[in-house]
Amino acid sequence: MLLREVEYARPATIEEAIALLSEHDGARALAGGQTLVNVMKARAASPDVLVDLADLTELRTISFSADQSALEIGAMVTNTMVISSSEVEVARPILAEVAATIADVQIRNRGTVGGNVCVNDPTNHYPPLLAALGATFTIRSTSGERTVSAEEFFVGVYVTAVSEGELLTKISVPTRKPGTGDAMAGITLGAHGTYVASAVATVSSEGVRVALGCVSSVPVRATAMEDRLAGGDLSEAAVRAAAEGLAASLDPPSDVHANAEYRGHLAEVSAIRAVLQAAERAKG
Amino acid sequence: MSTTSTTRTISVEINGTSYERNVPASLLLVHFLRDDLDLTGTHVGCDTGSCGACTVQLGGEAIKSCCMLAVQADGASITTVEGLASDEGELTPLQQSFHEHHALQCGYCTPGMLMSATALLEKNPRPSEHEVKVALQGNICRCTGYWNIIEAVVAVGEGETR
Repeated sequence: MLLREVEYARPATIEEAIALLSEHDGARALAGGQTLVNVMKARAASPDVLVDLADLTELRTISFSADQSALEIGAMVTNTMVISSSEVEVARPILAEVAATIADVQIRNRGTVGGNVCVNDPTNHYPPLLAALGATFTIRSTSGERTVSAEEFFVGVYVTAVSEGELLTKISVPTRKPGTGDAMAGITLGAHGTYVASAVATVSSEGVRVALGCVSSVPVRATAMEDRLAGGDLSEAAVRAAAEGLAASLDPPSDVHANAEYRGHLAEVSAIRAVLQAAERAKG
Repeated sequence: MSTTSTTRTISVEINGTSYERNVPASLLLVHFLRDDLDLTGTHVGCDTGSCGACTVQLGGEAIKSCCMLAVQADGASITTVEGLASDEGELTPLQQSFHEHHALQCGYCTPGMLMSATALLEKNPRPSEHEVKVALQGNICRCTGYWNIIEAVVAVGEGETR
């Protein structure tokens, strides 16, 4: 496929990358390119300038925050790095479990966490996962650094809080406390295919958090279900009862894989499965 | 301060040979390999990142060369299917196993299958059937039904081919 002519730069520092992104209208940050290169082929995106982040090694690290309360994942960390990270295995293994189900080996080798969330395709794995886990997102620009919640980060289909001239540098995920269980459930096209509906649940002493994917332009928290489960009864009957009415509360899109009503049903079923599995894991 | 340009001179090592070329920023890696370097063993199948016929190894990892720009490979070490057999034509155990297990029919997907399976065997010399299936998930074959391909890869791990 022939791509439209494009300007390219490969900055050596984050400061240079931000300068390039802010100086050029129509500039896009290029991470692994597993989405961007393909949408450029289809002319669904047609950036004038690509700012390749490949040399920014400080964005390719997984480490702990100073107070050890969060896992800090650089925006250029690949899915394969998440899968094989000893820090992830210790601190939040659900990240590796989910990363291993994204697309295929080749795409996991190139595709990055930062790229995945900045695309914010509603069917992507990380948006509902990071929303459920209460992750925060650090965004840099020439005027400084800001940190936003998942609710603020995911703005719309293919749109995030990262605006022109800004760069997502890291994602901070709270480390798992003892007695916490995380799980992702959903319906995919094929074993590791695109999600038709998805749900992520995290169960801890602080309660239950549930985030749904594929049902809106951004991850949707199932707050009514969370509130009903606050009492701590996570038996199958209680979880099913708590999920009642969830499908009806959603306004999901229709497509060739599922109409709105069916997708809502799948989301409710996914939420029940995710909570039950997370509750089982929380027991240790 | 780095500047932007529609072309870039890239240095890549491919199958042990160093190349330096000036390429458009918009050129896909697969077209650089095939059209500029005449390494036509790497195939273009779907051109959407789905089929895996364009799989090569970059820095030891299997990647899809249609989902990457040639400029992104600047400084990288790449192995294509041409880099597997020796200069004298001696096949690798995996290639030999594909031959013995009749793991190809039309052959279009074979370079990609070989590159994905080679990357797997380098990390995991004795993969299970399930591990082979996971490793080849990004490679589509429309002839064989996959069984002979999976058997061929598993057999290498079990030392059934020389």
